[in-house]
Amino acid sequence: MTSQSVLFDAPGPKARRRMMWLNIVFGLVVAGIAVLVLAQLGAKGQLAADLWTPFLQWSAWENFLIPGLINTLRAAGLAIIGSAVFGLLFGLGRLSQSRIIRTLSGIVVEFFRAVPVLLMMIFIWLGLSQVNITMLRPSEYPLVAVVAALILYNGSVFAELVRSGVYSLPRGQREAALAVGLTRPQSLRSVEVPQALIAMLPALVSQLVVILKDTALGYIITYRELLQEARGLGNANGNILQALAVAAVIFIVINYALTKLAPWVGQRLGRRTSGRTKAEAPSLIAATKGAPTR
Amino acid sequence: MDGDYLSQFLSLFSQFDVPAAFWVNIKLTFFAAIIALVIGTVLAVMRISPLPSLRWAGSTYVNLLRNTPLTIIIVFCVLGLWSQLGVTLSSDFNENFFRLAVLGLAVYHAAFVCEALRSGVNTVPIGQAEAARAIGLGFLPTARLIILPQAFRGAVAPLGNTLIALAKNSTVAAAGSVAEASGLMKTMIEFRPDVIFAIFFTFALGFVIIVIPIGLATTSLSRRLAVTR
Repeated sequence: MTSQSVLFDAPGPKARRRMMWLNIVFGLVVAGIAVLVLAQLGAKGQLAADLWTPFLQWSAWENFLIPGLINTLRAAGLAIIGSAVFGLLFGLGRLSQSRIIRTLSGIVVEFFRAVPVLLMMIFIWLGLSQVNITMLRPSEYPLVAVVAALILYNGSVFAELVRSGVYSLPRGQREAALAVGLTRPQSLRSVEVPQALIAMLPALVSQLVVILKDTALGYIITYRELLQEARGLGNANGNILQALAVAAVIFIVINYALTKLAPWVGQRLGRRTSGRTKAEAPSLIAATKGAPTR
Repeated sequence: MDGDYLSQFLSLFSQFDVPAAFWVNIKLTFFAAIIALVIGTVLAVMRISPLPSLRWAGSTYVNLLRNTPLTIIIVFCVLGLWSQLGVTLSSDFNENFFRLAVLGLAVYHAAFVCEALRSGVNTVPIGQAEAARAIGLGFLPTARLIILPQAFRGAVAPLGNTLIALAKNSTVAAAGSVAEASGLMKTMIEFRPDVIFAIFFTFALGFVIIVIPIGLATTSLSRRLAVTR
């Protein structure tokens, strides 16, 4: 973590000894809590090996966890692509010179950011059975509802990212573009937005975590994603708790990898643009990770 | 859309108590927000403390909870804590589900409160911490007297965003068998699918009405409370 903080002095020999003791005491407290929880779980019989071994068998993965994970990733993937398109469209809409397009895009974006994703999912899911689209089978309604709701919400968040990205660019960029004879839309398209996207990439990657997590809302509208399948597996073997734990670990591993990816992507691509040259003010905390906007 | 449609739709309100469902969301948000603020503050202090083990524990909590879907946490509270482990928070059946959902919402959002406060800590100039040390304050007095009061003021905007997310996420309590707005909307649409649009917009509008004042209040508060430097 932080190598150097100004909140406290670099510890001397005495402070180091005291910190070592405090570390040991705190470690014992944590270990004590862990032992207490495990003892409680053990007393309820939740630690029995046969509740955990089903996850070591291929059949559990083949029949439940992998299909669930594939459905989760499918919904997330479609939602990511859709959100990118939606976000670019409405982000540009909010930057448009026409006041009508600006206002309309603004209303759409603000509305879908304020309404809970679950509300939209339930509405689309139940609404699909009302309109009778011949292209879709009823079994596909949950997937469509999950993806559409995620696109509307995250697309709106992307639109705001595009807008704030363009605003954060130095004004000289647009002035230069106009000076070499580009029109405003051309300058936006080929000069400002590409830079804004690269500047916003870490935030965009963090938003992917939100999309992936929110696919689990599909559980409520019977979409057969990872959580749903894990629960089915838990019901079949009588080990709900363990199944939920395994599903949570899978989510955490993927999302943690994505959060680690965000700063790396930012660094890699940041070097390719010289748009933002203003140095950040020094801060009390050495490393601040981009928190997913949620 | 004629008068008939409207009167059909309005008659639904006498059969379903929509404000009561929204009141459940508001209560969920209120209690979860208070608990999340307490846990989040403790986590934030742990994460900036000189003790490596505390920092490690704090960041582990944040990384684990922030990357877990809220739905899993709520489902775990009901299927795991209550039905498997027998954790009961109230003798009343429905109140028990409500409290379990509050617990789930609070532990999840505490991770985001912690991150918001850390961003607030970053708004405090380094010189303040150096000055505090120069006059001989240790870590805890520095944090309590100098850093945290300013960090809270600097973190009003991100804390407001977390509160808005919490208000919207209170709908996920539906996964924990709490009778709140999204569940009632589902029931109403299933009962009267012909007025589905009016029902959806009623509930959507309800959330817009809850969320927008929070946003406006925290934005103006963050301006008013900002420490001018």
